[in-house]
Amino acid sequence: MQTTSQFNQRLPLRKAVGTVLYFVFLSAVLVGIVGLVVLLTQILIQGIPWLSWHFISGFPSRHAEEAGLLSALTGTIWLMFLTAVFTVPVGVGAAIYLEEYAPTNWVTNLIEINLSNLAGVPSIVYGLLGLAVFVQFLGLGQTLMAGAMTLALLVLPIVILASREAIRAVPDTHRLAAFALGADKWQVIRGVVLPSSVPGILTGTILAMSRAIGEAAPILAISALVYLTFVPTNPLDRFTVLPIQIFNWVSRPQDEFRGLAAAGIIVLLAILLSMNALAILLRDRYQVKADD
Amino acid sequence: MTNDNSDIVLSARDLYVHYGDFLALKDINLDIKRHGITALIGPSGCGKSTLLRCFNRMNDLVQDARIEGEIMFEGYNLYSPERDATEIRSRIGMVFQRPNPFPKSIYDNVAFGLRINGYTGNMEEAVERSLKQAALWEEVKDRLSRSALTLSGGQQQRLCIARALAVQPEVILMDEPASALDPIATLAIEELIRELSNDYTILIVTHNMQQAARVSDETAFLMVNDDRAGYLVEFDATSQIFTNPSDERTEAYITGRFS
Repeated sequence: MQTTSQFNQRLPLRKAVGTVLYFVFLSAVLVGIVGLVVLLTQILIQGIPWLSWHFISGFPSRHAEEAGLLSALTGTIWLMFLTAVFTVPVGVGAAIYLEEYAPTNWVTNLIEINLSNLAGVPSIVYGLLGLAVFVQFLGLGQTLMAGAMTLALLVLPIVILASREAIRAVPDTHRLAAFALGADKWQVIRGVVLPSSVPGILTGTILAMSRAIGEAAPILAISALVYLTFVPTNPLDRFTVLPIQIFNWVSRPQDEFRGLAAAGIIVLLAILLSMNALAILLRDRYQVKADD
Repeated sequence: MTNDNSDIVLSARDLYVHYGDFLALKDINLDIKRHGITALIGPSGCGKSTLLRCFNRMNDLVQDARIEGEIMFEGYNLYSPERDATEIRSRIGMVFQRPNPFPKSIYDNVAFGLRINGYTGNMEEAVERSLKQAALWEEVKDRLSRSALTLSGGQQQRLCIARALAVQPEVILMDEPASALDPIATLAIEELIRELSNDYTILIVTHNMQQAARVSDETAFLMVNDDRAGYLVEFDATSQIFTNPSDERTEAYITGRFS
């Protein structure tokens, strides 16, 4: 039995504190949402008048009315594709090694810590590394190839971490079941581990790619080229990308170029959002297949 | 091999199992009869699951595991260097404590072992045969392409048995195969085990002494002392173990005086 004198429940105060905190947390969420909405509306208002077929299919020009972003758009798509080609095999391969083959000892622990650290290194550092190693030392020049390799280095830690998470989420009982049927290591990975982890690996990879194409700093370091009036046709062509084109327009003194920049941002956002949507779609499709 | 031994499929000789510095099992000697059901019983931590996993070299997958002694399988030592664990596991199958079907279709679960072992016969027939053997065919024949995870626990465990049977093993190891199931599903599994013993040699670990008494032909009782190293106390016909055990520790265990 409660002895009333030993308890001071202070119910009204507790309720008041609870209510206040509820609104504190709610407004914390709103800061982000409101900020995004304001940003989006401003960009849409500024940019939509400039969106046109000519804007997508034209080359940059000194005259705002004639300017387009075809070269930057194709550069971005090329870069995304090449970066994926470099990143996926290496990233997934590294994740498979670390999760399935590597023994747990101080070397793998060290690798693990460094991977997490690498994921946090500022992108300009990767840009300078790419400039020194790929552009100059390997002699690739200011090409798509050098850019893609640099971005691959930038996003590799993210892809490896995401793939490891996905692989680690596969229950050990599935591996044991496959081993007990006479599967060898690779058959277990190919037949059981990868099918279950592909959705996670895909999601992580697509999100890493969308991070890569939003980057301006490493590309600036590699190739300052912004006035490009041709479409890159092979990996050894020079290139520019959307963030740099946008950056270039923003830094112009004339007001019309602000509008162009906003329109460019709309295009870039459209690409990013559709990639994220694709990631969600793929994940859902595979999950439905697994749970059915 | 002499004629006297021909109905012995597996025999453990002076078997010791270490995990790093820890001795898990000591001095195990055990003969497993062909087409019989041998139950391994004993208190928690006595190493009966560890012993079971020695018979298909699943302990190889545990870092730091070390096995001394030998297990003879049809005249060869399972642990001699020229034998391949992968090949052994395709001939000595295993069913686990919790049903662990792959997140694939029912068909693909059964076909998995066939595919990885390069089965050249008719895949569909083999899948059907295995599901029939596991007494699951009638329940799943119309939904082979559905995910195995849509099945009930008891059905999943029978699917796991079908998956193991598909590879056509000679021996099936079962690690408490019914402990995660309800009483009705448990009975179905026990019936199935009896059925399968006509064609297969079965080793079953169980916590449930009634189950050991109901299904097995022979029973091995393992125990563990303060040094935590499991050892074999008594191994005999199940009827003998449960009605007239020769060791008083066995009697104490089966009458529930310790667990």
